[in-house]
Amino acid sequence: MATKTENVQQQATQYLTFTLREEGFAVEISKVREVLDVTTMTRIPRMPDYLSGVINLRGNVVPVMDLGQKLGMGTISYSKNTCIMIVELEIEGNMVEMGVLTDSVQMVLDLNDSDIESVPRMGTNLNTEFIKGMGRQSEEKFLIILDIDKVLASEGELALRDMDNPALARAAEALPEEGAAAEA
Amino acid sequence: MADTEYAEVFREEAVELLEELESSLLELERNPADLKIVSRVFRAMHTIKGSGAMFGFEDIAGFTHHVETVLDRVRDGAVPVSKELIDLTLASRDHIYALLDAATGSGEADPAEGQRIIASLQALVSGGRSVPPEKVEVALAPAAEEEEEKDPTLGTLTHYRIHIRPGEDFFVAGSTMEQLLDELARLGQCTVFLHEKADEAEKSAGLWEILLTTDQGINAVEDVLVFAQSSCEVKVVVLASEGEGDFEEHKKLGEILVEKGALSSENLKKVLGRQRPLGELLVEERLVSKTQIDAALAEQKMVKECKVRAESAKGAESIRVASEKLDQLINLVGELVVTQARLSQVASQNKDPDLVEPVEEVERLTAELRDSVLNIRMLPIGTTFAKFKRLVRDLSAELGKEVAMVTEGAETELDKNVIDQLGDPLVHLIRNSIDHGIESPEERARAGKPRKGTITLAAGHSGANVVITVSDDGKGLDTEKIRQKALEKGLIRADEDLSEQDICNTIFMPGLSTAKTVTSVSGRGVGMDVVKSTVDSLKGSVNVTGSAKGKGTTVTIMLPLTLAIIDGLLVKVEDTYFVLPLSQVEECVELSKDDIARFHGRRVLPVRDQLVPYVRLRDFFAIPGERPDLEQMVIARINGERFGLVLDDVVGEHQTVLKSLGWIYRNATGLSGSTILGNGHVALILDVPDVMKWAQREERSALTT
Repeated sequence: MATKTENVQQQATQYLTFTLREEGFAVEISKVREVLDVTTMTRIPRMPDYLSGVINLRGNVVPVMDLGQKLGMGTISYSKNTCIMIVELEIEGNMVEMGVLTDSVQMVLDLNDSDIESVPRMGTNLNTEFIKGMGRQSEEKFLIILDIDKVLASEGELALRDMDNPALARAAEALPEEGAAAEA
Repeated sequence: MADTEYAEVFREEAVELLEELESSLLELERNPADLKIVSRVFRAMHTIKGSGAMFGFEDIAGFTHHVETVLDRVRDGAVPVSKELIDLTLASRDHIYALLDAATGSGEADPAEGQRIIASLQALVSGGRSVPPEKVEVALAPAAEEEEEKDPTLGTLTHYRIHIRPGEDFFVAGSTMEQLLDELARLGQCTVFLHEKADEAEKSAGLWEILLTTDQGINAVEDVLVFAQSSCEVKVVVLASEGEGDFEEHKKLGEILVEKGALSSENLKKVLGRQRPLGELLVEERLVSKTQIDAALAEQKMVKECKVRAESAKGAESIRVASEKLDQLINLVGELVVTQARLSQVASQNKDPDLVEPVEEVERLTAELRDSVLNIRMLPIGTTFAKFKRLVRDLSAELGKEVAMVTEGAETELDKNVIDQLGDPLVHLIRNSIDHGIESPEERARAGKPRKGTITLAAGHSGANVVITVSDDGKGLDTEKIRQKALEKGLIRADEDLSEQDICNTIFMPGLSTAKTVTSVSGRGVGMDVVKSTVDSLKGSVNVTGSAKGKGTTVTIMLPLTLAIIDGLLVKVEDTYFVLPLSQVEECVELSKDDIARFHGRRVLPVRDQLVPYVRLRDFFAIPGERPDLEQMVIARINGERFGLVLDDVVGEHQTVLKSLGWIYRNATGLSGSTILGNGHVALILDVPDVMKWAQREERSALTT
């Protein structure tokens, strides 16, 4: 028992949880720089819908992505809980700041490796390549832990909602036995 | 390993020296008889060796030593300047570069290459002193540029003439002339003259002349003098040394007599003691007054001091600053400009006269500050030209062609960042000219052209842009072949009506190469594509501006002067702000509903007897909302064509600090970046040529479908 706790403590990672359409998501907190309220956004014309525009973050122009749209869950409608998470990621060797629009930011959560289950090969309605695992928040509440670097660096909308889509079937087959979690 | 901080200093300095070395060598190749250039090459090598050893780069110092030894022989006239020598020295230069990269951890150097160069160099100097590579003696010479004579004086008996005029501080510091003379005497045979006696009233501590003969090398002499240098006027002249013949100082009779042994120094001293300064004699004869003499002496002294200062100040005219520091400064000025814009806006809203005046002053100062800060980063483009001369030389030899390179406008200044990134595109363009443009000497002779082809690399200003052209007098672009290739690759359609120039410009599309064979030089069809994308990223444009079969090709690159801050025109469509680069704006006119009706909705408007096509930004960018009854049209001139942009409102001029839109928007259409306005909103910077290109393309495709 005691050894188990020790083990657990060693492997705990902090995650920031947030919601999109009432569904729980999480990203590693080390990726998140800060969380902002929605400010004036300048839309960049002729760009895909999931790119919401740019904001002025203390004199820096930072692009913002609508994560709901990016994941094929529909546009985020603004409410008083709507937040922009500023995440930092490495693209082509440069550190880049990017805003991520979410319905609400919830809390910081410690999750042990044992609390994270590998991604089911199907059923998430999301391309498993972009999910690091399923975090168990409570007995019946699971969070989708996103591989935010991959999500933000990818082109186009990521959702593959149509389960008969042969592309998804192929993608699922191509995954190794342990699923994408082991890969990450 | 060398201390990293100093290593960086050394690296920067060495890179500069290597560049200088390269251009000197190429110059030497043209004027092999010019010994001044040989000296310059020698000096550059010597400085690299000296500072290399000082900063702990033994391998660089060791290798350079061998090259220097050979160059020393060249300087002596013992070895002639040959093409082989130049080749080897250039190869040495490249090897030093590689060693430098290896030492700073950004590359690898092949030691075998170094051995090969050394062996070849020594073979070239056959009969000359050969130095075994493993035993290298390196003098730790400071890299001071004013040092004319260095290593050769070590170990060979050399005569020096040293002038010392102690300043007041000299004695204050507790030093005495005797101490200094003792130290000098320890180096070798030393003869001392006192030209002017110390005179309290004149505040002069006398002028000493020391003739020193020593084999300890000039560094040892300077070591002794280094403490005196801060408080005295010290001048060291090498009178005679092995292999040295040119003295810039003319000698005094007595000195020559002493030197030739016709007069012993004691006698000279005796006579000199009897002799009185010209000034005193003149005063005695009442020809001039004492004050006049004083003034003349002061003037003499001043001129002398000026000369000394000019000689020693050579290295201090510029300071080396890390470019990150400059970037930071520019960022700060950028922030300042943004804040100032906000301040001006607040002041104009409040209409407080007490506020308006200082705010206007701040505006003026900010603009000045901005200009001078940006100016710091401006470098003459000529610094990169030397590199291309080398490229032309090596490449033409490899391809068996005879090519001369002409450069113009080397003094044209450009932002350092732009110059750095411009290297690759220019290399590609020049390679292309040599490989595809310039014909072989035989072919040229048959065509009645001189055997030697010419590539001209020219830079110059045109408004707020810098124009760089690469032209050759080769065979020109084969438009028919390019057209076919472009059709094959599906880059153009068969029914497309393209002008000659349009076809020429397809060479900038990815995947197009007309070369029949892929060579190491070109033919893979990636080069021109790279040129285009790099120039695009610099917010510039590249075009084939002239190509005539058999006459040659001209490629023109247009670049903005700076990438950091531009003068812009702020305009508005609904709630979206856009900025147009002011340099592209020609005039603003109004577009009324009547005007539109008059042309039945066709998007043209006569302005000054000329039909100007226009694009409505609202439509182009799909901005929702009703367009106002009276719209504004900003006319831009792009590549000589007038082109209108229709928008809701022209707000006014705006100093624009350019901000990238970020990686994710790198493909944004018609936009080149963004800026932050005084009210904190983000405005988008229009890429007018891109808007024009897309508008044309969309109209064309709308017509064909």
